[in-house]
Amino acid sequence: MFDYRNSAFMFSLGAIVALFVTVQSLVFLRTAWLEGKRKGLDAGKMRRAVISSAVFTLVPSLSILLTMLTLSGALGLALPWIRLSVIGAVTYELPAAEAAAQATGSSLAAAGVPLDVFSLIAWVMTLGIMSGPLFIIAYFKKLQSRVNKIKVEDNRWGTLLISAMFVGLISSFLGSALAGGIVSILTLLSSALIMVFCIQLEQKAGLKLFKDFALPLSMVGAMALAVLFAGILGG
Amino acid sequence: MTKINENSLSYEVAIHRMGRIWMSMALLVIMAVPLAISVYFNVWPAAGPLLGGLLPIMMIYVPIGIIEVITFSPMLGSGATYLAFTTGNLTNLKVPCALNAMEIADVEPGSSQGEIISTIAVATSSLVTNLVLVIGVLLFVQLTPLLAAPLLKPAFENILPALFGALGYLYISKNWKLAVVPVTLMVIIFVLVPAAPVGILIPVSALSAIAAARLMYKKNMI
Repeated sequence: MFDYRNSAFMFSLGAIVALFVTVQSLVFLRTAWLEGKRKGLDAGKMRRAVISSAVFTLVPSLSILLTMLTLSGALGLALPWIRLSVIGAVTYELPAAEAAAQATGSSLAAAGVPLDVFSLIAWVMTLGIMSGPLFIIAYFKKLQSRVNKIKVEDNRWGTLLISAMFVGLISSFLGSALAGGIVSILTLLSSALIMVFCIQLEQKAGLKLFKDFALPLSMVGAMALAVLFAGILGG
Repeated sequence: MTKINENSLSYEVAIHRMGRIWMSMALLVIMAVPLAISVYFNVWPAAGPLLGGLLPIMMIYVPIGIIEVITFSPMLGSGATYLAFTTGNLTNLKVPCALNAMEIADVEPGSSQGEIISTIAVATSSLVTNLVLVIGVLLFVQLTPLLAAPLLKPAFENILPALFGALGYLYISKNWKLAVVPVTLMVIIFVLVPAAPVGILIPVSALSAIAAARLMYKKNMI
């Protein structure tokens, strides 16, 4: 039987989207690099940004890959690949696909959705996440000039404003993790402790490598400990 | 000095122009996927189920999409914002990645150097995720049992606490006064409503942090 979900056509669409994202990323990378050079930014600093970002990205990417594999049961491999390569997130794609399937009385739990439901899911997953990019095209430039104006008028407050936004973002996830049960709390604390350890190694022993890779090391270490905690506590 | 400002301004103008063009092209490419599926297989969604599927999703994700732009763009800078909002996975990947790169490079978010490092970080991150997904597609059969192993389930379930524990220490140890109000507020909310959606609470937390920061700034406490 013809499997439309994993057909050559679907994988061709996936390849086009992946190629587009790759070219766009390379263009932005090159533009930023050249601008950095023009501004006199140390090339070593920019290289370190590339290496540390690549290493950091590996673990969250595995989580994204896991979502792709989870969705592949019902939707095949190509559509989840496409969706997870562009705007959206692991937390968005699954509920969007499920909402679309439910609207037809179907479910993602099915081994493979029928073609009409598949098409509907593709439309809903795509249209449901368009508000951010559309808002950016329409208003981002104005928004950015307002932020810049605040910084010109009062630079110290402008810097504090951005720091407060950072802290606000982090606080919401800290709150969520702290209320997420004992394994979640222990994982959070382990991650923070490994970060402290990495910083100490960098500052006291001069091991610069621990500064560059402190975040991925903390993440992987805490995730490994989460397995241990769940095994002991049954979480 | 004037020349530098002029150059910064021209970069700012150029990056917005480039960003808008690429984002418009990205939207066309993204929209072309369901359109191509419908045309190729000759299966068009009926209006009823389409609205039925879209409405509950849009009710949540339209405000979140807009709020994410307002909250994340000042941190990311212009170039990184255009790219991150095309390639997605902002809170769990692109924003922490940019934060981490700026921290390592010792540059301020929102500064002209921060703009460069943030864009480099987001572009690199997008390329790596892309590569990982392509490898996942090619090695699907071999990778599925490995990644979906029950032993690893708690690890992937706790990826956000594992990320934000370290990131939290890094930023809150530097700005602990800014963190008192939002952390307390978020813990209270999540203890009272454990299933509260983080996406909606991010702006609440950010606004409380900004209000507290403004108050402390006015009273010369920070």
